[in-house]
This record gives sequence, C-alpha cells and structure tokens, in this order.
Amino acid sequence: MPAKIKVANPNRCIGCFSCMLACSRANSDSVSLIDSAIDIRTSGGIESGIGIIVCRSCIDPPCARACPKGALTPRNGGGVVLDKDLCDSCMVCADACLPRAIHFDRADMPVICIHCGICAKFCSHDVLEIRKTEVL
Amino acid sequence: MWSKVLYIDLETGEHHTRDRSDLFDKYLGGTGVATQLLLEECPAGIDALSPENPIIFSIGPLTTIYPCASKVVSMFKSPMTGELGESHAGGRLAMAMRFAGYDSIVIKGRAAKPSYLSIHDNEVKIKDATSIWNVSSVEVTGKILREVEPGKGRRSIMRIGKAGVNQVRYANVNVDTYRHFGRLGLGAVFGSKNLKAIVISGTEEVELPDMSAYKNMYGKLYKEVVDTEVMDKYHDLGTAANINVLNQLKGLPTKNLKQSHFENAESISGEYFADNLLLRKIACSNCPIGCIHIAMLKTPFQKGHEFEVSHISYDYELIYSLGTNLGITMGEDVLRLIDRCEKHGLDVMSTGGVLAWATEMYERDLITPTDTLGISLRWGDTDNFLKMIDRIVEMPNKFYQALAKGTAVAAAEYGGEEFAINLGGLEIAGYHTGPASIVGQIVGVRHSHLDNGGYSIDQKASSQQLNEEQMVDKLIYEDYWRMINNSLVCCLFARGVYGEQNMVDALESVGIKKTREELEAMGREIFLAKYAFKKREGFDVEKVSVPKRFFETVSQLGMVQEETLEQMLELYRKKTGI
Repeated sequence: MPAKIKVANPNRCIGCFSCMLACSRANSDSVSLIDSAIDIRTSGGIESGIGIIVCRSCIDPPCARACPKGALTPRNGGGVVLDKDLCDSCMVCADACLPRAIHFDRADMPVICIHCGICAKFCSHDVLEIRKTEVL
Repeated sequence: MWSKVLYIDLETGEHHTRDRSDLFDKYLGGTGVATQLLLEECPAGIDALSPENPIIFSIGPLTTIYPCASKVVSMFKSPMTGELGESHAGGRLAMAMRFAGYDSIVIKGRAAKPSYLSIHDNEVKIKDATSIWNVSSVEVTGKILREVEPGKGRRSIMRIGKAGVNQVRYANVNVDTYRHFGRLGLGAVFGSKNLKAIVISGTEEVELPDMSAYKNMYGKLYKEVVDTEVMDKYHDLGTAANINVLNQLKGLPTKNLKQSHFENAESISGEYFADNLLLRKIACSNCPIGCIHIAMLKTPFQKGHEFEVSHISYDYELIYSLGTNLGITMGEDVLRLIDRCEKHGLDVMSTGGVLAWATEMYERDLITPTDTLGISLRWGDTDNFLKMIDRIVEMPNKFYQALAKGTAVAAAEYGGEEFAINLGGLEIAGYHTGPASIVGQIVGVRHSHLDNGGYSIDQKASSQQLNEEQMVDKLIYEDYWRMINNSLVCCLFARGVYGEQNMVDALESVGIKKTREELEAMGREIFLAKYAFKKREGFDVEKVSVPKRFFETVSQLGMVQEETLEQMLELYRKKTGI
C-alpha cells in the first residue's frame, strides 16, 4: 500500500528542522534545507507560529496539470512523480500548488516529496506521521 | 573541509573572504579557531570599546551536520573583565552561518554611522541603521528587520538593545529573540562599533565525503539524544529544575549570597514555572530536544479584562540571579524582571549580581537615596528593581554609571568589596556548592560555570569523597575536553552524548581523522592559547581576590575554607602550567 505524509500534530512543532535535514540527507545526499521536500518556516520570528508545509498528496494534482512538459505525473496514492529529464525549470508547478509545497534546489530543479516518511522518523515530537493510503 | 572566513571592516566598508585551512586543520573550528583569530586580530592592551577590538564568530566541523551541534562561539576582548571575552549562543545562528557558507566571521573597525550587517549567501552589505538605533525594545528591532530583509522563515537575527547602544559593560547580544550571547559584554562591543544588528541566511548544499558513514553516525547520535535518558532533564522542567534541588542541598546563592537556601524557593521553582507559567518549548536549529522554555506572563493593565501578554524564555541561572539573589518570592515577578532585562538587552546574570550587591549596600547604609535617586532597595521589591534596571541602562548619575560597569568596578568605587559577589570581575553563576565551583570560575577561561562544571565536581566530591587533588584533576579534564566540544561546536547540554569516543567517531565520519590522544592534546593547546591571551591582557590567576562572603555562607559541602581554595589553585597552576 502506498503511504503519504500527514501533519498530524502541527502545534507540537519545536522548530528544530530535523525533518528537513533528514529529507535532504536521505533523498539528496546533502546536508541542506533547500533540498528538502518538507518545508518548515516561521513567519514573524520564532515567537510567532511555525509553518509546516508538506505535499498534500492530491489525487488530481494541480501541479501535474499545470506542467507544460509532462514532467510531473500523478503518483499512485496521491502526489506526483518527477521526471527530471523532462523538466525545464519553468516553475509553473510551484504556483499551481496553493500550500506552496514545491520549491527549487540550487540547480532550479523542483524538490518533490516522495512520501518516504523519513521526516516523520526524525521528528522527536510526533508532529508528522506517515499514513497508509488506498491504491486507486 | 570548511575553512572560509569572512572579514568585514566597518570603517572602510570593505569585506572579503579567506581560506584559513591553516587554522581549521589544526584547531577544528569554534573556540579553537576563534582563539587564534582573536590572537591575530586583537592588538595587545587596547580598550575593549575601541574600534580595534574585533568581534569573531565561529562554527565548527559538526555544525548543523549532527544533532545538537547548534551553537556559535563569539570572541572579543571583554569590556567587563578586560581580558578574554567569549560567549556562546544557539537559536538559528549556527545553521544560518553554515548555509551562508561562513565558518568564521571577523568584524573590525567602527562604522561612521549606526549600521547593521546584512549577510545572505555571498551578498554582504553594511546598511544604515539610524532609524532603529534608538528603538527601545530588542523584540521590536527584530520585527522591523524581518520586514525589510530576505531569508524569511529560517534566517538568524542578532541585535542589541539600549543597553548595548549605551555601552553598559554587560550588555548582551540577542539572537533570534530567545537566545543570547549573554555574558562578558559583547553587546557593548557592538554598541561601540555603531553596530545594531546582523541578519544572516543562506542556501548552501553541503556534501560530505562518505554519505553512508554519515547517515549511520547520524542515526546513532540522534538515537542517543532522543531515546536515552542522557538529556532528559533538559526537556522536562529544563535547567530550572535546579532551583529546588540546589535549595535542598544548600547550594543556591540567595540575597547576595548571604544565604545558600531560599525560604520561598517553591514558588519560583522549575516545578512552579512548568505548572503555572510554561507556555511552550522550542528548539535551536538542529536540536531535537527543544530545551528553550517559554513562559507566558499575563498582566492586567486596566479594568475590563485588559491584559498585556509577554512571552519570556527562562532558565535556572535567570531565576537564581533575578529571583533568589534578590529575594523575589513569586515566579511571575521573576518573569517581569527577566522581561525588562530582555527588552534592554542586558545580561541577566550580571544584572542580578549588581542589584543584589546594591541592595546590601543600601541595607548597610553604605549608599543613600541620593545615590539611587530616591529608590529604596529592599529584598523582594520587584517594582523598585524594575526602576533600577531602567536607570542602569540610562546611567543618569555617577552611581548608576558605576553600576553599569559591573559589581567589581562599582564596589572598588563605593566599597562593600567583601560582599561584591564576583570572580575574576564577572558576577557568578548560581552555585555555592563548594570549593570546586569557586576555583572553577576563577580559573575557567571565561569565568563561567560552563568552563569546567565545578558545581558538578562539588556534587561528586560529596558522594565520592574526593580530595582536593582529585577535584582539581576533574576540573582540568573538563577544561581541556570542553575545548573540543566547543570547537565542534556541540551544545554543552549534549556533552553526555558527545563523549570522547563519539567525538572521535563523528569527526571521522565527516572525513576528519583525530585520535582521542590528539584531541586531548588539542584541548590543552587551545586552553593554553586562551591563557596566553588572558595573560597578555593582564589576567593573573594569583591576583583574583575572592570576596569574604564566599567563606561566610555555608555551601553544599559545608563552610569553604580559604586554605582549601589556595591549595587547589596552587595544584591547578602547577598541573596546567598557567
């Protein structure tokens, strides 16, 4: 059964960025924030809230619909799969996603969540959960 | 591997980077490299508030790479002690420096006009700060800069408050609202340079030589941090848990160390804070613990349920210095005092020490209402202490000018030196546990309880019957090895995880091969390099005077004898060669 990432308890986040570092480490072989698919950011400083942006695993993903090159295709169970060879970094996909879950690495390639759950594994406060989802 | 140093001259407006692998290869990073940069950049005998005094920030080879490697070392000549100035801060700064790609930053000169630094990846700018120079709150300064600077969401913002602008000798530098370069007066050095703030962010991708070794090591260290008991105390009650513990052991400095226990400890204890005032806990970047305890203070200001709400970070040392040390009996009042220091950007620990000394002076009629400008000082009188804090920052007369220079300087001028609670010119941390704590703060390179954890050695001495020499040996071990922790740079709260072997292994996994013996020798070398600086600037461990009060108040280990201290200091000098 495919899995998808879920922000189960957003108010428990302590803002440590361990999830982002885990994503880059596992999926991009780097230590970075920019290579992470999950996106943690504050707005108004750490004294205000912490925003947790993840791929919402849409069944009919608007990012895929928007892509003029067909580089993004719907993934079984929700979300999308990226074909890097087809992507020309036009960034249209990012605007199509309201939660702004798509951003770009230093080579301007979109960073796409593969719902592997490594971020949840390195969340010490159970903010994130990986959930099984129905196969369509 | 990482050795890029950013040099900024506020006088000429120029900046450049240099590869300093000569230093990083030899001293890893953090405190090891910062010490060398200080020796290079700080001319002998200068005034700490002159443009020649450099400000140095350093991260280390494990920064952001491994959990709890989350701190930045700052170094400068201290306007408090006139010798080594070193203070560490967490928040997001370490990660921001890592991803901006700078392992050290050196800031020299004095800007002609109020300025702030904007550092985003390769873009380094000195910008005008005239319009925020006199903003009265540290928090508001952060809010203003957030609106105009890039790097939203994950940048770090350092800034000074009015205390730094007015060059109170123990002004701090606020880092990301809840963390600080707290001790030894970096805020005053910022002020002397016309430097209000530094904003820093970056987007670098760091690659390591052996990703598989790295991932394995990360998993191991993460597990030790999160799943073992090693760091438990930091995430439950936090350091504030110590209030009740030390009170019971008679190791809690109270009312200017007239007592070592506090009859009202319960209502300002870690338990009281956690049950009644704790709002949430947050973390420094790259630390899954989250030990930053934030309290909510809700103060009614008029009828009709109108409340003023502040969020205030608290820790043990703050509750001691503005709580037990001033005889404050309610947690809420301690928060009001912390909040006021935060607003002005004052080191809470020094401020508490200064106020406690002044209160005893007033009690003994050694100072008068003419000196205090009409404020009566009494233990437990929060409102008057709040007024005092404001006046220390404003310095309206000679007496407040003296208070703004710290307890040791004020006592030299006004008397009461026998109860001016400082060691080496710095107000003490909250421990009257016995001789190791006192010796530790005298010999410690930055006169900090964290240099060697003397308080914990006293506690071991009590359970394991250690003699003087054994205590000295333990101090030296900590003094040397913590140089390595602070060069990596790992948070000292995680020192239980980063023991000798884990440090060796963690370094190896990122391509730095050092044996245990090599690290130990390096720790000693860094320690001695700091002492070279300290001595050059006139510090002499034999000349440190210990106020009589330390021998008059019972400690956890009973009355401390002057002869014991002398014996331990003699042993320490011999064994270290300082």
